[in-house]
Amino acid sequence: MEDRDIEKLKTLAKEIRKDILIMLNRATSGHTGGSLSVVEILIALFFVKMHHLPNDPHFRERDRFVLSKGHAAPALYAVLSKCGYFDRKELAGLRKLGSCLQGHPDSKFTPGIEVPSGSLGQGLSMANGISLALRLDNIPSRVYVVLGDGEVQEGQIWEAAMTAAHYKIDNLCAILDNNRLQIDGWVRDVMNIEPLPKKWEAFGWHVLETDGHDFNQILDVLDEAEKIKGKPTIIIAQTIKGKGVSFFENKVKYHGIAPTDEELEKALKELDG
Amino acid sequence: MEKASLREAYGRALLELGKKDEDIVVLDADLSGSTKTGLFAKELPHRFFNLGVAEQDMMGTAAGLAASGKIPFASTFAIFATGRAWEQVRQSIAYVGLNVKIVASHGGITVGDDGGSHQSMEDIALMRILPNMVVIVPADAIEMRKVIYAIAHYKGPVYVRSSRINFPILYNEDYHFQIGKGSIVREGEDITIIATGLMVHYALEAAEELAKVGIEARVINMSTIKPIDKELIIESSKITGAILTAEEHLVLGGLGSAVCEVLAESYPVPIKRIGSLPIFT
Repeated sequence: MEDRDIEKLKTLAKEIRKDILIMLNRATSGHTGGSLSVVEILIALFFVKMHHLPNDPHFRERDRFVLSKGHAAPALYAVLSKCGYFDRKELAGLRKLGSCLQGHPDSKFTPGIEVPSGSLGQGLSMANGISLALRLDNIPSRVYVVLGDGEVQEGQIWEAAMTAAHYKIDNLCAILDNNRLQIDGWVRDVMNIEPLPKKWEAFGWHVLETDGHDFNQILDVLDEAEKIKGKPTIIIAQTIKGKGVSFFENKVKYHGIAPTDEELEKALKELDG
Repeated sequence: MEKASLREAYGRALLELGKKDEDIVVLDADLSGSTKTGLFAKELPHRFFNLGVAEQDMMGTAAGLAASGKIPFASTFAIFATGRAWEQVRQSIAYVGLNVKIVASHGGITVGDDGGSHQSMEDIALMRILPNMVVIVPADAIEMRKVIYAIAHYKGPVYVRSSRINFPILYNEDYHFQIGKGSIVREGEDITIIATGLMVHYALEAAEELAKVGIEARVINMSTIKPIDKELIIESSKITGAILTAEEHLVLGGLGSAVCEVLAESYPVPIKRIGSLPIFT
């Protein structure tokens, strides 16, 4: 998929945000803030950058995607549905027993999901494994993994960071959704993770930075990441938690709660306005 | 009595299988000399990944490889494979039934000199409780080799426990191992001793002692602890009317518990579990 019409992508972002909020409101629980912060990143990947076929989710040469910050599943589901992986009406089942859209990404149930994720810290290791398998099989696909900022407090992330650099996994690109909030507060107050670029550089990664809501910038760094050989690349994307709805933006409260009916109505109006 | 190393048997079987099947990949966490995955690493280095002292990352990497069609064998000591990395094994592997083979050495108390920190007495319980996970404890080097061949051709997550020490040889090459089937290694009608791993050998010794006083024990090598061979347990309890279990593991959650679960629900007979008391020594 290669349509770089930025205005179209922006319209798509609004639609995806509306879908996310409607899904979460219906589910009455879930992660609003971190789903809204990752929207542009997911759209840039699934609608422009990644080579994938929604009607053949397992085709061999597809690019692979892992949402390591699995609590942003509503954003991924909205994007997958828009791509055509499954019927839009499935979105109404978010978090419901028996639905194909579980609270966190579950490869047993959802077309387009490669591996289970959501227990934080585990996605990068799995992405490394997928990347190594592609390399062994001489498949030129790329692997994208989205990490949360709070998530990199997990020790396993840094084990996996060492592995990716040690094995020179250059078909892998990590994107860190740096929205600066986690469920207990500001990341810097809960457990400081900065300086992020220096840490990843010290672990042997090529580090790129971007505004995580600016499609031009995101696509530029994704293009650049593809050219880096001999080491893994991480894109640190500066984002706003709750992006797109003024009264959710930068509010820790909306990390883990769904919009009420009243909030939804207001939010949809704002997104349409 | 002739003894042989289960670890060596594993390393050699792995190398043979690896030469035949390009999809077999091997991971270790800085213990390839002890677990014997080093034999594979030496000859097939491009399909061997040492993750360093990082068992959690090793399990996640194995999951990613399995999700991409590879058959990963991940090895370290039992305590780290099942304890340190338990949640990775649950979330990344067992949860979706990924085809990862966890073959851990240094199970049980016979790690000895390394001390309590390294004595894995809970691993069978920790793996048995996970849905999708098959749990196997071979009783000798020949069985280990057969187990490795069997699990390489089985699709799904498997935990295999071996030992630091060498075990006496129990079987000859004619032995046929089948996942989920126990094997009768001594016939008797007065009591059944169901044992696993090293304790199969002690069970056989005990049976000889019992024979001296006129008690004939049936001895079963229950190498697959999950799924357990219910038919054989029930048949044996019907014949002998009493069961003794023996394992190099806590008496909680392992073989003894698995046998109790079957008997309590299907054919209650008197049972006694032999194993380590649930205490840290």
